[in-house]
This record gives sequence, structure tokens and C-alpha cells, in this order.
Amino acid sequence: MSFINYSSREINCKIVYYGPGLGGKTTNLQYIYKKTSPQAKGKMISLATETERTLFFDFLPLSLGEIRGFRTRFHLYTVPGQVFYDASRKLILKGVDGVVFVADSQVERLEANIESMANLRDNLKEQGYDITKIPLAVQYNKRDLANVIAVSELRRLLNPMGRPDFEAVSVSGQGVFDTLKSIAKLVLIELKKGK
Amino acid sequence: MAAPQLIMYEEEYRRITAAIQRLNREANTKVVYLIDKNGQLISHAGEAQQIDATSLASLAAGNIAATGGLAKLIGEKEFSILFHEGEKDNIHISVIGQRVILVVIFDERSSLGLVRLRVKKLASELESIFHAILKKVETNANSQVPFIEITDDDIDNLFKD
Repeated sequence: MSFINYSSREINCKIVYYGPGLGGKTTNLQYIYKKTSPQAKGKMISLATETERTLFFDFLPLSLGEIRGFRTRFHLYTVPGQVFYDASRKLILKGVDGVVFVADSQVERLEANIESMANLRDNLKEQGYDITKIPLAVQYNKRDLANVIAVSELRRLLNPMGRPDFEAVSVSGQGVFDTLKSIAKLVLIELKKGK
Repeated sequence: MAAPQLIMYEEEYRRITAAIQRLNREANTKVVYLIDKNGQLISHAGEAQQIDATSLASLAAGNIAATGGLAKLIGEKEFSILFHEGEKDNIHISVIGQRVILVVIFDERSSLGLVRLRVKKLASELESIFHAILKKVETNANSQVPFIEITDDDIDNLFKD
């Protein structure tokens, strides 16, 4: 749910990075944080365990500049990917404007990807959203590894809706900003519709 | 979509800010923040310079969301008040009208009792302001979006280095 403030002339939107555990959601945010100018970003918050697994969420506020006199701010969140943190994932999806699904391209993570996508669909539904309507971009991450599944196969299984999708290597940044740009665009287009 | 957009207009923004400024003064607090349940900062009053308000807003909303989850587990609707006591500063967090979060930070110049009392008094006033905003959003449903004529170029320009 975006927040439009006429008084301060700001538009705030919430984007959630979703996907299986260890898929690279936090790494996406870390790369964005690293590559964004200090004026455009706030502090990145990670509520993580001692072993750097996301416990509750990561949060990165980004200010992207103005559209028609309104400053556009995006609040990026990640969810904890591990299966047993489902209650936390549901909370973070509240008020979401757009979702990036970060898939792990490795063969052995295929089941986890499929399960996480089904979990996303169910949790969105519980919050009153329809996965076929909400702005959604899919990222096939870890393309640099040797044991990856072909993109065409991942697309068939995870993105039959034909949403914008991107190959990525989030540790080196490949595809990270393409994904962000795409979801930001989808969210703003949705906003334009004035739903 | 699940919930209607939150839109803040000039008039209501002024009323809200005046109300929380009054709370800040009357309860002798350090700073007061009003945040929407999704973690977006709406307004603040008081000595806010030292505090990263954006982070505070997202963490307070996460805190309320997590305790709301706990409440449901034990069959409660929500826990409408949270209180964190520190060595010097304390944080009083309350949910107002199931929609917004009021965060009050205070030290020994005030007291929990005073803050609770003043927050309670303010709650109904804030509720009625947000009620008015929702009504306005409904009636202006089609004319509300500031960039109905937004173009692809506008969006692309946001990402220029």
C-alpha cells in the first residue's frame, strides 16, 4: 500500500524481496546499498542471526528522485527465506506494493524455489492480494555457478505468468539493478492506474 | 488490492502535526513520531535530530507486526500498547485506530503514567482525523493520483546515474 503525502510531496512504496533461504535476497539489498549514492539511501537494517541468516527482515530505504514534483521513495524489505519463519514472512508482506522473487538457479534448490513461490502465492492471498495481479518480477540468481538449471526451465516452472524476469549474479551485481528498476516501474505503473 | 492507499493531504497533515506537537509539549516528551502500520513515517514533533527516523519507523512497525502476530497466537486481537524501558530513554508505542502507530520517546522529565494519559486523550482525536482522510480518499478516488500522466521516460529518468 503506497503512501502519498501531498504535504511533503512524497510517494512511498514498499517492495519485498521473497524467495527460498540462501537464495541471495539480502545480497541483492547489500549490492544496491553499496552502489547507491549516500544522498539516495538511508541506513540498511538487517535483523539477522549470529550466522547472518535473516531472522526477521532486512530494510533499505531508497530515494530515487522526483516524478512530477513528487519525491519517490522505495522501502526495500527482504523476508527470512527459511521455511520455519513463515509467520514473519506473512507480516512483512503486509502493505506490499511489489514483489521480487529471487530464485536460486542451482539444481538442488529447484524444489525449494517451487515451494517458496507457492508459499508466496498463499501468503499474498491471505493478505488479500492476487499473485497474478500484484507487480512481480522474477530473478534467476547465481547464474555464475556450474550446476544451474536452464533459464527456460526455471521460467516454465516459476514464471508461467510471463512476468519480467532477469538472470543475475547478485554477489557481483549482475542483474540486480535491472530487477530493481523493473519492479519499481511496475509499481509506479500500478500507482498510475489509481487503484 | 488489500488496503486502500494512504494519502495525506495538507490540511490533515497540519492537524496531525499540531496534535502530536501538543502531545510532545503536554507530556514533556523528547520526541513523538506518527507512523503508518507499514512503516512509513507520517509526521513527528520534538527533538528528532539525533534519531534516524526512517529506520525507527520501519522497526517500530516490525515490532507492532510481530507483537500483533503473538497476540493472534494467544487469541487476542492485538496488543495496543508496547513499552520499552531503557536506562535513560523509554519508548511508548501504541496502535491508534488499527491503522497508525504513535511512538513516544521520553526520559526522566516525563513519566509513563503521564505519557499513557496524554496518548489516550490524543488517540480519539487522531482517529477522527484519519477517518476524515479515508473519507476524502474515497470521494477523490479518481483524481487523487498526482502522476496519472506519468510516462516511461519519467520512470527511466529516476534510474539515471
